[in-house]
Amino acid sequence: MSILIGRDTRLVVQGITGREGEFHSRAMLEYGTPLVAGMTPGKGGQTALDGRVPVFDTVAEAVRETGANTSCIFVPAAGAPDAVLEAVAAGIQTIFCITEGIPALDMIAVVEEVRLAGARLIGPNCPGATSPGRAKVGIIPGSIHREGRVGVVSRSGTLTYEAVQAMTDAGLGQSTCVGIGGDPVVGTQHIDVLRLFAEDPETDALVLIGEIGGTAEEEAAAWAAEHLPDMPKVAFIAGRTAPEGKRMGHAGAIISGGKGTAASKVSALEAAGFRVAGSPTELPRLLREAGYRD
Amino acid sequence: MKIHEADAKSLLVAQGLPVPAWAVARTPTQAREAAVQFLADPGNATKKVVIKAQVLVGGRGKAGGVRLASTPDEAEDVAAQILALKIKGLPVRRVLVAPAAEIVKEYYLSVLLDRATKRLMFIGSAEGGVEIEQTAVENPGAIVYEHADPLLGLPDYAARELAFKVGFGRHWKAGASIAKGLLRTMVANDADLVEINPLAVIREHNADGTPVERLVCLDAKITLDDSALGRHKGLEELRDLDAEDPADVEARRYDLTFIKLEGDIGCMVNGAGLAMTTMDLVHRAGGEPANFLDIGGGAKADRVAAAMRLILADPNVKAILVNIFGGITRGDEVARGLIEARAQQERDVPMVVRIVGTNAAEAAKLLEEARFVTADSLDEAAAKAVAAAKGAAS
Repeated sequence: MSILIGRDTRLVVQGITGREGEFHSRAMLEYGTPLVAGMTPGKGGQTALDGRVPVFDTVAEAVRETGANTSCIFVPAAGAPDAVLEAVAAGIQTIFCITEGIPALDMIAVVEEVRLAGARLIGPNCPGATSPGRAKVGIIPGSIHREGRVGVVSRSGTLTYEAVQAMTDAGLGQSTCVGIGGDPVVGTQHIDVLRLFAEDPETDALVLIGEIGGTAEEEAAAWAAEHLPDMPKVAFIAGRTAPEGKRMGHAGAIISGGKGTAASKVSALEAAGFRVAGSPTELPRLLREAGYRD
Repeated sequence: MKIHEADAKSLLVAQGLPVPAWAVARTPTQAREAAVQFLADPGNATKKVVIKAQVLVGGRGKAGGVRLASTPDEAEDVAAQILALKIKGLPVRRVLVAPAAEIVKEYYLSVLLDRATKRLMFIGSAEGGVEIEQTAVENPGAIVYEHADPLLGLPDYAARELAFKVGFGRHWKAGASIAKGLLRTMVANDADLVEINPLAVIREHNADGTPVERLVCLDAKITLDDSALGRHKGLEELRDLDAEDPADVEARRYDLTFIKLEGDIGCMVNGAGLAMTTMDLVHRAGGEPANFLDIGGGAKADRVAAAMRLILADPNVKAILVNIFGGITRGDEVARGLIEARAQQERDVPMVVRIVGTNAAEAAKLLEEARFVTADSLDEAAAKAVAAAKGAAS
């Protein structure tokens, strides 16, 4: 199986004719992702990626014509919240929003609409997800992956690549790697991804990558301790040396009022049975120490 | 982005919130003029003015940045003293002058973005005038939490409920109306936080001398969402450049995220999470990072060169660690930028470069030809950079 994306994925890319959209759509297609449609208003009837992908004016039309069930959004920040709403309205169930720099308040109503529709939003400001050997949606380089049974969830982009590369180098393949995004308001949090991994028969171990700010890692840790007591679990938290009160790049990465520190996250994870690495390169060794055999 | 109390109060007034009169003074003379006016106001029950330093740090009062004055002379004198202060390293360029309120009761009310629920949340307390964090520790039961509806905001009934829960007593109508106003302020300006502490019942005098009480915003703290500044005319001008390192301004120009730190190893990384990780690994290898620097996705040679200038502008920097995991970012572009930057660089600082991912092989070739010190893993790169900073490496 895998989670979020897999063999049943039929992907529509919103903003496929933009520079970023086209570049990454090509990479997704080359990885073998079932990319069935593109969407750019005013370019309906055209094709993208050397004639391989039909382009539609609306997501609804793309869904009707191609059976798309998953969307990936490369629309600029000003139009991205609307792009999510359009995908929801068209009945798309799994929506990845890659766009960064969306004002946080814009996402509050959007996230609520997604919830009411029973759909799932990953992001915004996220790198997407890969189910190695099946599909990749977003901007994660396909080359870093290896097929396997470890589920990876992370807030970050390049840090995820670092961790996944370390696992692949050590021969540990992944079931699905999900980057949930570093914004304060994201559709899917660590805990939601853990719930999905818990139900996936092909995920046998967990890697959780977090960073300072908020309490999402702590909540995920508590849930995992209760529901996945026997699954090998490892984690890495970025920002041990981050000063208080400064936003470390990600809008959500800030320690305020003594809350959201790396130390509090590390201790919560350790208390929940995670082995916490001091460097991403230690993750494979810790996974094996936790009893994981692939 | 943080903004000053006086600017925050202007944003509140624009949404119809009750804020007692104030004036901003840049000189002792201006402070005196404002004091003359407020001291002569028959409504001013205390017959005093308060003079408050406008700096973007907490603890103004303790640092001597908030003081009272009873006469224009005294106001001028006090303003001169406050304007000469540096509070937590920041110079005081402006003071706020206002009638000193006769406070009957202090409350706390704020709205902020609650990440866990993905909604806006009100925090209220009848114990105002102290830090809410302190109340949370000492008397958590005195704090009321209430979420705004993600689609409807704060309907009247919910505002009333909040007002009764906080305990505004006979001022509940004003409390409810202020709660709604804070939410409007939040939304109208794309704020992350609107905090009124204290929100106070103050006593003033009518023209005939009879006392009258009302609920007003005595202080105001607002932080704005950086991602939304572009769509609000005028808010960018509220940025206090004094509160920023000159490097911050330069970084913004090139779309870099730069935060200066205390150590001596400059870091250049793509991606915020990886940039923090790089700092952590420098620390773990026995060094200290001089900065957080995220060059973002898809950086080209010129942005890399600008990043290098920023790092080298810090005289503490003794070694530089470049860590790039190419995804959107192409390794060879970064390598070209580094080579260009080194050619222009005036100060000879050892540099350790690690580039993996997209076009890493091309990058490696360029770096080898240019005789850069390189590393394969992040741990190795951190160790080499720390050794270089300590002068142990050649």
